[in-house]
Amino acid sequence: MSHDSVDKLVKMANQIGKFFVAQKHPEGVASMTDHLKKFWNPRMREAIIAHVDHGGAGLDPIAIEAVKRLGQRAGAAASGLRPGEGGADG
Amino acid sequence: MTLIKETDYGTPESKSEKLVTLTIDGKSVTVPEGTSIMRAAMEIGTEIPKLCAADSIKSFGSCRLCVIEVEGRNGTPASCTTPVAPGISVKTQTPRLAAIRRGVMELYISDHPLDCLTCAANGDCELQDMAGAVGLRDVRYGYDGANHVFARNNGEVNFDWKPKDESNPYFSYDPSKCIVCNRCVRACEEVQGTFALTISGRGFDSRVSPGMDEAFMESECVSCGACVQACPTATLIEKSVIAIGQPEHSSVTTCAYCGVGCTFKAEMRGEEVVRMVPWKDGKANHGHSCIKGRFAYGYAQHGDRILNPMIRESIDQPWRVVSWDEAIGFAADRLKAAQEKYGKNSVGVITSSRCTNEESFLVQKLARQGFRNNNTDTCARVCHSPTGYGLAQAFGTSAGTQDFDSVDDADVILVMGANPTDAHPVFGSRMKKRLREGAKLIVIDPRRIDLVRSPHIEADYHLPLRPGANVAMVTALAHVIVTENLVNLDFVKSRCDWDEYQEWAEFVSLPKNSPEAMQETLGVPAADVRAAARLYATGGNAAIYYGLGVTEHAQGSTTVMGIANLAMATGNLGRRGVGVNPLRGQNNVQGSCDMGSFPHELPGYRHISNDAARQAFEKDWGVALDPEPGLRIPNMFDAAIEGAFKGLYVQGEDILQSDPDTRHVSRALANMDIVIVQDLFLVETANYAHVFLPGATFLEKDGTFTNAERRIQRVTKVMSPKNGYADWEVTQLLANKLGLNWNYTDASQIMDEIARLTPSFAGVSFKRLEEVGSLQWPVNADSPDGMPIMHINGFARGKGKFVVTEYVPTDEKVGPRFPLLLTTGRILSQYNVGAQTRRTENSQWHPEDMLEIHPHDAEDRGVRDGDWVRVASRAGETTLRAKITDRVAPGVVYTTFHHPTTQANVVTTDNSDWATNCPEYKVTAVQVSTTNGPTDWQHQYRELTAQSRRIASTIDAAE
Ligand code: SF4
Ligand code: SF4
Ligand code: SF4
Ligand code: FES
Repeated sequence: MSHDSVDKLVKMANQIGKFFVAQKHPEGVASMTDHLKKFWNPRMREAIIAHVDHGGAGLDPIAIEAVKRLGQRAGAAASGLRPGEGGADG
Repeated sequence: MTLIKETDYGTPESKSEKLVTLTIDGKSVTVPEGTSIMRAAMEIGTEIPKLCAADSIKSFGSCRLCVIEVEGRNGTPASCTTPVAPGISVKTQTPRLAAIRRGVMELYISDHPLDCLTCAANGDCELQDMAGAVGLRDVRYGYDGANHVFARNNGEVNFDWKPKDESNPYFSYDPSKCIVCNRCVRACEEVQGTFALTISGRGFDSRVSPGMDEAFMESECVSCGACVQACPTATLIEKSVIAIGQPEHSSVTTCAYCGVGCTFKAEMRGEEVVRMVPWKDGKANHGHSCIKGRFAYGYAQHGDRILNPMIRESIDQPWRVVSWDEAIGFAADRLKAAQEKYGKNSVGVITSSRCTNEESFLVQKLARQGFRNNNTDTCARVCHSPTGYGLAQAFGTSAGTQDFDSVDDADVILVMGANPTDAHPVFGSRMKKRLREGAKLIVIDPRRIDLVRSPHIEADYHLPLRPGANVAMVTALAHVIVTENLVNLDFVKSRCDWDEYQEWAEFVSLPKNSPEAMQETLGVPAADVRAAARLYATGGNAAIYYGLGVTEHAQGSTTVMGIANLAMATGNLGRRGVGVNPLRGQNNVQGSCDMGSFPHELPGYRHISNDAARQAFEKDWGVALDPEPGLRIPNMFDAAIEGAFKGLYVQGEDILQSDPDTRHVSRALANMDIVIVQDLFLVETANYAHVFLPGATFLEKDGTFTNAERRIQRVTKVMSPKNGYADWEVTQLLANKLGLNWNYTDASQIMDEIARLTPSFAGVSFKRLEEVGSLQWPVNADSPDGMPIMHINGFARGKGKFVVTEYVPTDEKVGPRFPLLLTTGRILSQYNVGAQTRRTENSQWHPEDMLEIHPHDAEDRGVRDGDWVRVASRAGETTLRAKITDRVAPGVVYTTFHHPTTQANVVTTDNSDWATNCPEYKVTAVQVSTTNGPTDWQHQYRELTAQSRRIASTIDAAE
């Protein structure tokens, strides 16, 4: 993904984080992970996970935490895809 | 098929529960107290002659044709103004009554031109009918004396005569035929609520006149057609009837414009539409209409319509007209090639909220079953996706809670970010009626919409908040409700999650959320916010109506949840007169969402990761479905710019004009290998298309639309599709070329499949709809007749969910470079991107988009009314003409986006709602300055458009 797109994802993730950080019930991080899982396409999820793997510059703490949890959950599923199919490339 | 004629009962229905029994012409009849004798007679099939009465308006008692005798009472009272009484005995025909009636008719006819044979209303004129009904055989008075019929009397100018008013493009007014029955005046007041007509003069001199003796087009008239329908003569009549003649058959169909979903009788002569007349039994509109549905259907015959498929290798080439087979083959090959080269997720579809449920269903099915991905989205993404998300979170259903009729029981109406009189006109009229009856009104909108002050209506509170401050507003209102102990604790305790409520109450009570602390952010005096909150919480049944001014923001979803919080905290849910009501923009926004057009959910709002739901579809469709959510529209564009998204099939939606940040969208489209546009016209998006598949209008196909009240209604084919196929058939051609082997032969079979696979539609079928007229989902075993009001005994999700709504200022902040906030909206006569309405006479009302600017801001910039101004944001700039008005607050400018040359979306940015990516159309920081004319971009764009619309073939594209 280009810088441009990653910047956009960072911005979107932070926006989501600002909503969930205010929610105590249920816990904000878990809700945010769930939100990303439900509404973000695998392509976007992988890009943000990769960004966090590289330090997650620009992301708010709740967003980093939520994406980390997402990475733990998504890892297995994503690796099953052939290149050019599903997540990474399409 | 015959011409549908509804019964006119003469006077409105009485709502009383007390019943009264009386005798009419020896027959006993029992009716609610307050019913007129005229109506009671009609209930048993006795039609008392009448001229000035109609059941859509209150009785007036002026013509005296409807006289009756009541045993034991003196005189001959008018049956339209005399209520029933227990035990009375009424006679509707006696020699005395017959003589009175003939006398009345004789007077009318003596001042009426006797050109019945050549009159456009011949065959549909109540004056004619009554002359027949009362047995009028001769007229003793001639035209020698004073009359309104002739321009000259014996060579002298007749000052009583007035010329025809032909100023309105859709109907004409011929004063010489007016019988001064006042029906039009009352229709304009009571049904439409515009008060454009008056009777000027008295006695013999009296005549109907729009405004102060103005022409219709110069008056306040909004061309809704209510007066034309009410007129018993040819005085007010559709020009199309004058041109074509009286219709011979009709079918009921649904308006294809806004989310009100008015039903109409399409009155036909052969395959030609004579006129569209609002259907009295329509549950959404009850016989009323607006200018769009009533008159603006001429685009269907417009010369710009493309009727043959076209293709081109690349977008710099001219279009080539080809056969359907070649076009579909070309499209399918390119889609397959893209998937082979770039992966299965490199292509997707966009459905339209203008298309039918059946069409949307098939398009998402094409993506899921054919492309094997979930890259399907709908233009509802850019308008009401936050409604879907927010209401599902709060209540468990992605839909409004009430039917429209519920407004009749509302005591307080809160309108937020919606402009019903322009964008949902027929519901706007209903709302105004209730307001004139005394309901209180709170308007939360940056702009002084018409509703704030209109004839006989004045908002109790107008809170003109700064664009972008919606969440701060709902939270401040909640602060007042909680801290002043106005919460309905019984409701909250029994119906909502108590822990979540407490957290929410604690949050909104924080001092930082008080109207005083928020005053700066809101730009509204704290005292007004407090008073409005008190009124909402304590004024009786309180209903919230909201629109795109709520959803199209960076915090759109948060505001929707904040609105739900307010309704739950005050117990304003689960009965008539209350609720949370999203006013949907396009006709089938609700339906396109219901039909699984979103990339994360299957029809009926079941998440794609839900195994049970997915398996049901897999079994039916015989393929494995991808359990991961697909790309949303903005994500598709981003992926396209990255080079990972290469093919798009767009049905009936002009994404290039309607989506924000036009340059970004055009870059994305230009990067694709195959863009297929299915539409009526070469819309802006078609500039970037390789395949153009001509679409059909709503008059040319069968299907259903679902309006803002979840009401499913039939769309009926009244003429053969000029392009050859209904839109669902075109999708089927493409699907079959991709090897899917679909075999639908009728739209009803698609609905059967929807019903089979979608629990909330289980009981819906075309047959059922034809029997009952309409159904409000859910229609299932628990509610076989549908559900007008939801959440009566509990929320769909169980306990109502309170959500903390922290205000986060948008990134679109004003600063020295961009000191003004631009917000966008719509106008009555035009619809969305205007592709249809601009191709009708409606453009006479709104020929161009204007920039509304406050006098102070205009003066600072040396802008005069009507000047060309440049509007620049960080995304781009455009030019349009300025209109100076104090309807907008200082610091705020406003425009509509109905015209492609305006390019308002060149200016809007790619900011979007955090939860759904619904674009933030309603807030853009801009600068405004004077200029001489269009920008370079506008010039270039015009050239590009001309270039890309070239058609290289001798076969003519349209008639
Ligand atoms: S068309 Fe509608 S607004 Fe115009 S005068 Fe008639 S009723 Fe009134
Ligand atoms: S214009 Fe028609 S409805 Fe109005 S007063 Fe004259 S006859 Fe009656
Ligand atoms: S545009 Fe809306 S209000 Fe007007 S006729 Fe159509 S559905 Fe009714
Ligand atoms: S219809 Fe009753 S007075 Fe005219």
